[in-house]
Amino acid sequence: MIRFQHVYKEYPRTGVALQDVSLFVAKGEFVFLTGPSGAGKSSLLKLVYMEELPTKGDMWVSGVRAKGVKRGDVAKLRRKLGVVFQDFRLLEDRTAEANVAFALEVIDTPRAAIPAKVARALAQVGLSAKATSLPSEMSGGEQQRVAIARALVNDPFVLIADEPTGNLDERATRGVFQLLRDINASGTAVMMATHNLDLVRRAGYRTIEINRGQVVFDSADADAKKKLENLA
Amino acid sequence: MRLALRETIIGFRRAPMLSVLSITTIAFSLFAFGLFSLVAVNIRKTLRDVESRVEIRAFLADGTSVETVSAAMSDIGAFPEVSRVEYVSPDSALARARSELGEFKDVFESAFLPASIDVRMRDGHRDPTAVRAVASRIKSFEFVDDVRYGEDWVDKLYRIRNIATAAGVILGLAFAAVAIIIIGATIRMAVMARAREISIMRLVGATDGFIRRPFLIEGFLKGILGGGLALLLTWIASVVISRNFVQTEFFSRGLASLGILGGALIGLLGSSLSVGRHLRKI
Repeated sequence: MIRFQHVYKEYPRTGVALQDVSLFVAKGEFVFLTGPSGAGKSSLLKLVYMEELPTKGDMWVSGVRAKGVKRGDVAKLRRKLGVVFQDFRLLEDRTAEANVAFALEVIDTPRAAIPAKVARALAQVGLSAKATSLPSEMSGGEQQRVAIARALVNDPFVLIADEPTGNLDERATRGVFQLLRDINASGTAVMMATHNLDLVRRAGYRTIEINRGQVVFDSADADAKKKLENLA
Repeated sequence: MRLALRETIIGFRRAPMLSVLSITTIAFSLFAFGLFSLVAVNIRKTLRDVESRVEIRAFLADGTSVETVSAAMSDIGAFPEVSRVEYVSPDSALARARSELGEFKDVFESAFLPASIDVRMRDGHRDPTAVRAVASRIKSFEFVDDVRYGEDWVDKLYRIRNIATAAGVILGLAFAAVAIIIIGATIRMAVMARAREISIMRLVGATDGFIRRPFLIEGFLKGILGGGLALLLTWIASVVISRNFVQTEFFSRGLASLGILGGALIGLLGSSLSVGRHLRKI
C-alpha cells in the first residue's frame, strides 16, 4: 500500500531531511512515527501525501509512483487519503459541517450526496451536535475531531496524522486517540507522528523511530527478528 | 461552477476593503488608458477630417470645350480612388478666392483665374502614393495645364498619422501592461489572503484548475467593474473637457464595450498569472 525504497529527501536550504528510508505499510495497519523534533517525521508524512517528492530513491502510495508523478495524479491520490495536523487547519469562518462539506465540494461530489456524507462523518467523530458551530466556538479536541471528520469523509484508505494531539490536553488527547483507534478498527490504516511516548507504549502498535532522517528502529523488524530468534 | 461563484462571493465578502481597493486601482489604471485612448480617438478624428479634405485641383487650359471637360470628368470619376469630381468655372474660382481671402477680396477685380476640375479622393486612398498617382494621370490629359494637390502637406499629414498610430500602439500596450501588473498584484493579495483555503483545497484533492476558477472569476469581475468605473471616469473627463476647453468625441458604443471587455480580459490574464505562480510554488 505504501512503499518507500531507499528514499532520500534533501531541502536546498535546510539540507538532508531523510536518508535511505525503506519501509512498507500494509493495508489497515496502525503505525506510530516517533523521534525528536526535526528528526524527519513530518518530512516522511509529506512524502506519503506527496506534498514533497523524494530527492533520490522511489516510493509508491496506493499504486501511484513518485517518480514522474503529475500534479493531477497527486490530486487524485489525495482524494483517497486523509490528513490531519496539529493546528487543525480549519476554515475559521465556516461551520463544522461546512468545513467537512468543503472537502467533498472541491472534488465535485454530487450536491445531493453531500449532506448525508457530512452527517455520517460528524457522527463518526461524535460531533453531530456541533455541526453548526464555528471553530472558534469549539474546544481544541472538538476542532481536531472536525479535522478528522473532514479527513474521513471521502473514505480514505489511510489517515495521516501529523502530531494530531500536540495541541490538546490529556483528556482530549485520549479522546482523539481513541477515535483514531476506532477508525483503524474499521479498516482504515493510520500513520501517526507523535512525541507522546506514553501513548505509543500503551497502544502497542507498530512503531517506527526516526532520528536525523534515518529509520533507527522499526518494531515490525524487531518483531520479525524476535520471531526468527524464537524459531531458531 | 456554482461553488466557484460562491467562493468568489466569499472572497469579495471576506475582504471587502481589499476588493474595493483592487477595483479602484484597476479603474484608475484603466482610466489612464481611457484618457489616452480618448486623446488618440480625437487625434484620429481630427486627422480624418483633415484627410477628407485631400483634393487634387487640375487647372484647365483656356478655351477647353465643355464637351471635353465633361468627358474628362466622367473618365476621372471612374477612377477607383476618386470619390467626387467637380468643375469649377473661372467665375466660381474667383468667387471662392474672394470669399477665402476676406478683407483682400478687392485684389481680384477681374476674372483671370483659370477653370479647374476639383477631385476628391476616396477614404483609404488619401496616402501620398495614391494621390501622386492620380495627379499624374490627370496631368496626362492634354488640356490640363497644371495639377496641384499640396504634395508637402499630404506627406506631412501621413507622417503625423503614422507617428500617432505608432505612439498609440506603444503607449496603449504600456498602459495595458501596467493594468495587467496591477490586477496581478491585487489578485495576488487575494490569493495570499486565501492561502490557507488553497492549501486545504490541495490537501483534500482539488485540482489546480478547480482552485484557479474562483480567482479567474474574481479577476474577470474586477476587470469588468474596474473597466466600467474607468469608462464612467473617462466619460466625465470628456464632458468636462468638452464644456470647458475643446469639443471632444467620446468612444462609440462598440469601442466602449470593447474597453470593458478588454478590462475583463486583462483581469482574467492578471489573475491567471498570479494564481498560476502561487500554485507552482505550493
